[in-house]
Amino acid sequence: MSFVLVQVIVGGLLLGAVYALFSSGLTLVWGMMNIVNFAHGDFVMLGMYAAFVVFTLFGVGPLAGVPFATLLLAALGVVVYFALIRGIMKGPMLAQILGTFGLALLLRYSVFWWFGADFLSLPQNIVGGTFAFWGLRIEAARLLAGVVALVVTLGLHLLLTRTALGSKMLAVAEDATAAQLMGIRPDTMQAIAWAIAAGATGLAGALIATFFYIVPTVGETLGIVAFVTVSLGGFGSVPGALLAGLLIGVIESLSGYLIGAVYKDIVVYALFLSFLWFRPQGLMGKT
Amino acid sequence: MKFEHLLGLACAAMIATGLPGMASAEDKVVKIGAVFPMTGNAASAGIHAKYAIEVALDIINNAHPELADLPLAKNAGLAGLGGAKVEVVFADNQGSPATGQNQALRLITEEKVAALTGAYQSGITLTASAIAEKYGIPFVNGESVASNLTERGFKWFFRTTPIATDFVRVYYDFLTDMKAQGAKINNVALVHDNTEYGASVAGTIASGFKDKGLNIIDIGYVSNATDVQSQVLQLKEKNPDVVLMISYTSDAILFAKTMQAQDYKPPLLLADDAGYSDPAFLKAVGKVSQGVFNRSAWSIGPPGSPSAIIADMYKKKSGDEMDDTAGRQMEGFFVLVDAIDRAGSTDPAKIQAALKATELKPNQLMMGYKGVKFDDKGQNSLASAVIIQLQDDGETYLTIWPKTNAVKQPVLPYKGW
Repeated sequence: MSFVLVQVIVGGLLLGAVYALFSSGLTLVWGMMNIVNFAHGDFVMLGMYAAFVVFTLFGVGPLAGVPFATLLLAALGVVVYFALIRGIMKGPMLAQILGTFGLALLLRYSVFWWFGADFLSLPQNIVGGTFAFWGLRIEAARLLAGVVALVVTLGLHLLLTRTALGSKMLAVAEDATAAQLMGIRPDTMQAIAWAIAAGATGLAGALIATFFYIVPTVGETLGIVAFVTVSLGGFGSVPGALLAGLLIGVIESLSGYLIGAVYKDIVVYALFLSFLWFRPQGLMGKT
Repeated sequence: MKFEHLLGLACAAMIATGLPGMASAEDKVVKIGAVFPMTGNAASAGIHAKYAIEVALDIINNAHPELADLPLAKNAGLAGLGGAKVEVVFADNQGSPATGQNQALRLITEEKVAALTGAYQSGITLTASAIAEKYGIPFVNGESVASNLTERGFKWFFRTTPIATDFVRVYYDFLTDMKAQGAKINNVALVHDNTEYGASVAGTIASGFKDKGLNIIDIGYVSNATDVQSQVLQLKEKNPDVVLMISYTSDAILFAKTMQAQDYKPPLLLADDAGYSDPAFLKAVGKVSQGVFNRSAWSIGPPGSPSAIIADMYKKKSGDEMDDTAGRQMEGFFVLVDAIDRAGSTDPAKIQAALKATELKPNQLMMGYKGVKFDDKGQNSLASAVIIQLQDDGETYLTIWPKTNAVKQPVLPYKGW
């Protein structure tokens, strides 16, 4: 195996970890509450702008920007749940789709109006440059995002499978009425789920901002991959999203390098569709 | 809706102010129609085009001895028509080829304009100029680069801007000069997206360079990429002498960031305008793109030069820095009015004849063309561009080629960061 190929695979894994990171919030909401959040990409975008604002106002890097973005988005998640989601969940599926889609446009054009259409960027090396091991180059910012992706995935997984809170959230997801009879408040649980999901999304955005450009439409660029990652991983499965993210990252990188970047999306989506043909529930989803 | 009403009022006001002028001194006003996108997606471009033409009108209609080299600037109005003033009727193409065509028709039949200019988007220039052709009215375009516009055998369509075939010449001549200074240029990588712009410009350059004996490495990608690491690694492995970037802003930023992360510096990095000219690109990644070469037909020139004076007028009018597109529009308009002046008449056939006889020298232009002289197809055969380089720690582009326009020496190899 040529040396460049190793670099391509490592790069693909890091890219995949980022995909997994910004998909984790979507997994929670989509997989557990059966809501397709079309505003997901724009939540990521808000996280990126939050990190940017923290940097321009206080001159500090991701150490302050990431917690700020996480808390801000978590709060927004709760607001969105009570103001919008709780209402449209009672409506038909179409209302949910259009409701979150409208939210996406509202967020996007509010940012557009406030920040303008310019491409923004955090300074290079804000996280600390690039490591080189025996000629293998790894960006510190992407490595940080990758490590955080693993931690967040593990944390969310443990939360759902090992804690009382997680059990309650799963119970509400399964059958809200039955859960209510058991003394669980569906509203509270779902608001918490939205806070966690949106918080994870804000965290992802703030980390991605350290190595990506920031623009109001960036959620569109990143959003599609999130949906693919979640459905490949299996709805509601947090570890599945991680695995799917890594897989997509590596396949994209390898096909982009070996066949050509113009064809990489064809390869990824052809594999994705043929996989779903055999296993529609995704990698780790339940049937 | 409200904005459209306002626009309607503004148009009405423009027409109304035009009418009394016509009545009092019919032979003293030359009316020209300008079709631009004043609303819709490209509204920003259209609004800046209007500023550019208004600055040109100021220069034409008032005496500007400080710009004496430019035709029309020295005295007020058009000497060839007894000091007649030029008036422009603006029309909104709304970003639609059909609307652009209707507006061209209205300008010709109702406003009775002597000539037309516009229409920014190549697709709208296509339809609007077809109407001008049908009615036998001269149409001068300064900014649309789709090559088919001058391949239709039109008799009334003239274009001053350089197009992809010119870019081949400019880049080849520039690279040959760099070769004389010790740079290698045999292997050229073309990095381009798959849009109309990226694909067509890359295609023209690839075939042009192959004819000159250069090796081409084609690296295409889908625009708005989430990741370009594999392309940068391809470049790193193939190690071309020259990397030519044909990219919009988002991808240009991503490439600059990824090149730094992968520690890849091509010996010579050349960009084809677009994303690399966007002020947002400089702000985001100018510091890690130091020494990138770029194409432009506009350069501000030394203080006191005609281009510097015009840049200053434009900034006062618009609040923005003069850019390449606004400059090319202004130049196209100057060329049209110069032809009317030499024709000494608003008779379309005489203007057409004067356009065909146009022969402007570089010092008579505000843009970095080698002159203006139309070939049989109506394309400016002397259209050209200059090469600028990102210097001063990645903050400013300075003209470095050709020597006659250069304000600084080119610096090689590519510095990066």
